[in-house]
Amino acid sequence: MSRLIRMDQTGHTTLAEWIEEDSEAVEAALSAFRTQLNEGYFAVVSRGEGHAEQVRELPLDEPLVILRRPIAGG
Amino acid sequence: MYWRPRASPRSLRRTGRLWTLSTISQTVPFVITAAFLGALKPITVPVGLILLAHAWIIPELYAARGANVVSRRGAGAPAAEARAMLLLGDLVSHEARELYARTGLVPERGQLGLWLVGEAGALLVLPGERRVNCLCVKATDPQLPPADRVAHLLLALRADESGFATLANLAFSGARWRLRRRLGARAREALDQAVARARASRGAQGT
Repeated sequence: MSRLIRMDQTGHTTLAEWIEEDSEAVEAALSAFRTQLNEGYFAVVSRGEGHAEQVRELPLDEPLVILRRPIAGG
Repeated sequence: MYWRPRASPRSLRRTGRLWTLSTISQTVPFVITAAFLGALKPITVPVGLILLAHAWIIPELYAARGANVVSRRGAGAPAAEARAMLLLGDLVSHEARELYARTGLVPERGQLGLWLVGEAGALLVLPGERRVNCLCVKATDPQLPPADRVAHLLLALRADESGFATLANLAFSGARWRLRRRLGARAREALDQAVARARASRGAQGT
């Protein structure tokens, strides 16, 4: 089961869960993903220490896709 | 941040040297003046001592500013923080998770050096472990719990380390010993562990 989660004030919120065979769940995940990107979130897939990939399309085969806000110099 | 050249090992070394030169240019005039006054009129020695104190305090103030980037901010709502820590725990090793719980900092090895990522900034221990850069950078959502703020920075760092180092504002670049004295006990522990880890890793690579 793959998950799309957003880091927010609650700690994090699971926006969608899917398996590739479930087209309805995939469509819901794609829709949630696009909505969040349009709201200014960045989507990231972490690949262990020192590595992560920012994605613009929902990678359906990844177990965890994380949405984060932009960062800025303090 | 198109106006800033992308950070690289070379640019970080140059920035470090410039920082040191800048500090020297601010402190040496006080030292020279103190020595000159003392030689000219021994009665001015108290004034010279004040000047020397100025020369000493300038780099200390910079180091204190650098240490401040990893000071802990507000605790946040306990439930949200606990939930955020679950996610952060999924992103890092058991050892890093424990260090975060104790110190509020997460260690992360990168191409530019060893990072210690906090809620609103990061320390970059440069190769050789003698110089540390203190970088001010934060998530743009102020409502996030602390562990989520760290996770934001950690993911941004992992996705584009050079971009992360370019975007962040440099608060201090200098000797590790000078910064260490200005850190709180928890951050000091994290720094010591990070340095030990970097040395152990280098030793393992050398064997």
